[in-house]
Amino acid sequence: MTDTTTTDLAAPDAGLPGGWQMVIGLEVHCELSTATKLFCGCPNQFGSEPNTNVCPVCLGLPGSLPVANDAAVTYAMRLGRALHCEVKPSVFARKNYFYPDQPKDYQISQFDQPTNIEGWLELPDGIRIGIERAHIEEDTGKTSHVGGGGRIHEAGYSLVDYNRAGVPLVEIVGKADLRTPEQARQYVAELRSIILAIEVSDAKMEEGSMRVDANVSVRKADEPYGTRCEIKNLNSLRSLVRALDYEARRQIELLEDGERVIQQTRHWDEADGRTHTLRSKEEADDYRYFAEPDLVPLDPSAETLAAIDASIPTLPADRRQALATAAGVTPVEAAMAVERGLDDLALAAIEAGANPARVMTHVEHNLAADEAVRLDAANFAGLVTMETSGELTATQAKQVLAEMVETGGEPGAIAAARGFEAMETGALESLVDEAIAADPEAWAKFCAGDAKVTGAFVGYVMKATKGQADGKAVTELLRRRAAG
Amino acid sequence: MSPTSASTATAIAEAVRSGERSAREVVDEHLAAIEAREPELHAFNLVMADEARASADAIDRARAAGEQLGPLAGVPIALKDNLCTRGIPTTCSSRILEGWRPPYDATVVQRLAAAGAVAVGKTNLDEFAMGSSTENSAFGPTRNPHDTSRVPGGSSGGSAAAVAAGFAPLSLGSDTGGSIRQPAALCGVVGVKPTYGSVSRYGLVAFASSLDQIGPFATTVDDAALLLEVIAGHDPLDSTSIPQPAPSLRSELGRGVEGLRVGVIRELTGEGIAPDVARRVTAAADALAVAGAKVDEASVPAVAYGLSAYYLIAPAEASSNLARYDGVRYGLRVDASNSPEMMVASRTAGFGDEVKRRIMLGTYALSAGYYDAYYGKAQRVRTLIIRDFAAAYEDFDVLLSPTSPTTAFAFGDKTADPLTMYLNDICTIPSNLSGDPAVSVPYGVGDDGLPVGVQVLAPAMQEATMLRVAAALEASR
Ligand SMILES: [Zn+2]
Repeated sequence: MTDTTTTDLAAPDAGLPGGWQMVIGLEVHCELSTATKLFCGCPNQFGSEPNTNVCPVCLGLPGSLPVANDAAVTYAMRLGRALHCEVKPSVFARKNYFYPDQPKDYQISQFDQPTNIEGWLELPDGIRIGIERAHIEEDTGKTSHVGGGGRIHEAGYSLVDYNRAGVPLVEIVGKADLRTPEQARQYVAELRSIILAIEVSDAKMEEGSMRVDANVSVRKADEPYGTRCEIKNLNSLRSLVRALDYEARRQIELLEDGERVIQQTRHWDEADGRTHTLRSKEEADDYRYFAEPDLVPLDPSAETLAAIDASIPTLPADRRQALATAAGVTPVEAAMAVERGLDDLALAAIEAGANPARVMTHVEHNLAADEAVRLDAANFAGLVTMETSGELTATQAKQVLAEMVETGGEPGAIAAARGFEAMETGALESLVDEAIAADPEAWAKFCAGDAKVTGAFVGYVMKATKGQADGKAVTELLRRRAAG
Repeated sequence: MSPTSASTATAIAEAVRSGERSAREVVDEHLAAIEAREPELHAFNLVMADEARASADAIDRARAAGEQLGPLAGVPIALKDNLCTRGIPTTCSSRILEGWRPPYDATVVQRLAAAGAVAVGKTNLDEFAMGSSTENSAFGPTRNPHDTSRVPGGSSGGSAAAVAAGFAPLSLGSDTGGSIRQPAALCGVVGVKPTYGSVSRYGLVAFASSLDQIGPFATTVDDAALLLEVIAGHDPLDSTSIPQPAPSLRSELGRGVEGLRVGVIRELTGEGIAPDVARRVTAAADALAVAGAKVDEASVPAVAYGLSAYYLIAPAEASSNLARYDGVRYGLRVDASNSPEMMVASRTAGFGDEVKRRIMLGTYALSAGYYDAYYGKAQRVRTLIIRDFAAAYEDFDVLLSPTSPTTAFAFGDKTADPLTMYLNDICTIPSNLSGDPAVSVPYGVGDDGLPVGVQVLAPAMQEATMLRVAAALEASR
């Protein structure tokens, strides 16, 4: 956030008072789901008994040496390429600081020569958010403070579990391109779907395999950046949005009262909905970075990079675009289907001739995220066609679809077995007339323009047909009768 | 104390393999020598008598069972106490590691055991290998077997003294700025600093990672070559290990120096070198010329800045490497009311003055705002030294210099001023900065009758040529 350019790519409204604008940059730590840790052969496993997945290397015992895990390096580069980064020859560096959960009292990270630089990520509405770098580093252990309610300064003693020490991380440092909490939410959601698509992490914010720190400042539109605060402990997308909103308003209040924002690290408290001072950052930390002499530089060959690129599947942004084009909707409208992994099914059905609008409706409302696998695209297209040709009502189609998901059956057969046949218009008309005759009072209201009574007539017909009538067709007939 | 042919490692291994002597008999003999003189010398932090007898017995049983014995079968060896030995205290001669027993063996320790060597003890050193006299050991200094009023050199003073005193025909040391070669010179034994990356550092407690290298002490060049053949070669546990098998060295030793181009380093033979030491270097050069080598003067200008660069790079790396001794996981813990205070108290009590001095130097050199002026500049000097050596090796196969500016000095002579002590390493430091191999060979005595070492330097991975020259010098004594 050193850049102080005042022009914005896009400055959507964050709903802040008095012409204030928010500037947000996110740092996301993502644990890579490799079988073993970054620099040793210990299992990379969540939830084991404390201090069981450890060895001389990840405990930092005297004399031990790190050896980079090729799989972790490949995962990190795959993530970099998926974020459109340039993968550069890179070196590990030591970040020196004392802390009990840091076995060597330095962290092996990267500094001036990170593995991935200068990429971007596209939000569903097409806005590109810059990625400054995505570097590799090792995770720390976990400290728990016993006694004193878990707070460090009141604790009776502390315990450290080093199972997490040495777990591979990629830290994705985003540029300060985000302007609203909603954009920040979209950015993290998009990053998460990319990470899941390329299968380098399970990216669970709740379990900490994806951790988000937010840098936020406020300014009046087109003014230089203000002093920023870093917010930690954002364990869900909801926390992220709430914390950003709170923090921006806190800073605005300070500034409007003539005070100043102090650069500091703040902790989000989900329970009381506030951020609290963790430590002041006025004096910059000095981590005394220098190139890690125990490791050799990473310099992937062109073949390695080509293989990594080839291993990347079509990413969410491209999938949204493809579905949007095929279905005649906007990428934003296609986002839900892609998020739920139903876009391939939808595309195949549309390609097989099914009505795109109906396809999108089913995909968004009548199918769950994990149901696409059990559905044959041709059968799905067949179902949609039966519906649009009037063979099935919307209600019937929904029921048939549910059974198709359940049994993997073919829609014609399921509809026949259930006795679903398109009701002849004549039969439906006489039922509508019956319903009108049964309640003349309501009919008078309907004719006077009171739409509230529609349900009574539709209900009558539905009851008579055991729910097989098409509600829309009934309403249409009622309107035609009223129009005389 | 001069080696008899029967007391060399090669002779012992041969005798044990043939059944002429038992490994147990050999070990008992050496343990007896240790018992006789160790109280006076203090070469060891720990004598592993029981373990040594047990491994000797195991070797004898293996022989009886008809098993093939290794190249170091039954050969006693002393290990510098910064090499990790499973279940056996590894102290680095520091209080901070009090009570720590490594759960694993260093790669070199494993390779020695596989070759049939018998570890007889852990040798004394300057704390964390920082020093040139063993006076910085938390457990008291080691004495020079040639004159107990003198230092044995350092930091691997215990390993050098152990071999010089006949406690073991072989020992291992580590060399970050001369810590094998300088004590070898002062104790009158052979000491080799191999090419950086040719011997695995896995299990060597780090001082300065980009400079540290494990290497052999022996009474003869042939024995040193034998030991180096056993410990060298690629190790997947050390990322900086060169992916090549151990070289064949002993077969090359007898080839002589006919036609080899030998350069005497001008910058390391003039000012600051005691005249009696300089005379021995000249004598060595003359001997090589007599043996058929083409001897000339060589120039490696950047070595003049070696010492300054070294005393920024090594402390910088050390300040980071030694951060882990914080009282949290192992070693000394001095309790305090919270963890930061506990760390400070433990480190204050656990580290000696020289270690603290270097941690402070290194921390300063890496600090924001000073990095470029100190650490950054030192790294550029290092590049210059590498370049100047490469240029010299276009004209010469090996280079020659003194190992140490003087013979062994008296206790307390150089402790008052750290800089005087640092100057001891002026001839040895350049090879650590360049990563190239170097060996110190005993070559006569100085005016005080104490040993003088001559240093032979060679390009990376040219240990065979380097040791050929060393063997020729040995033969010409
Ligand atoms: Zn491990």
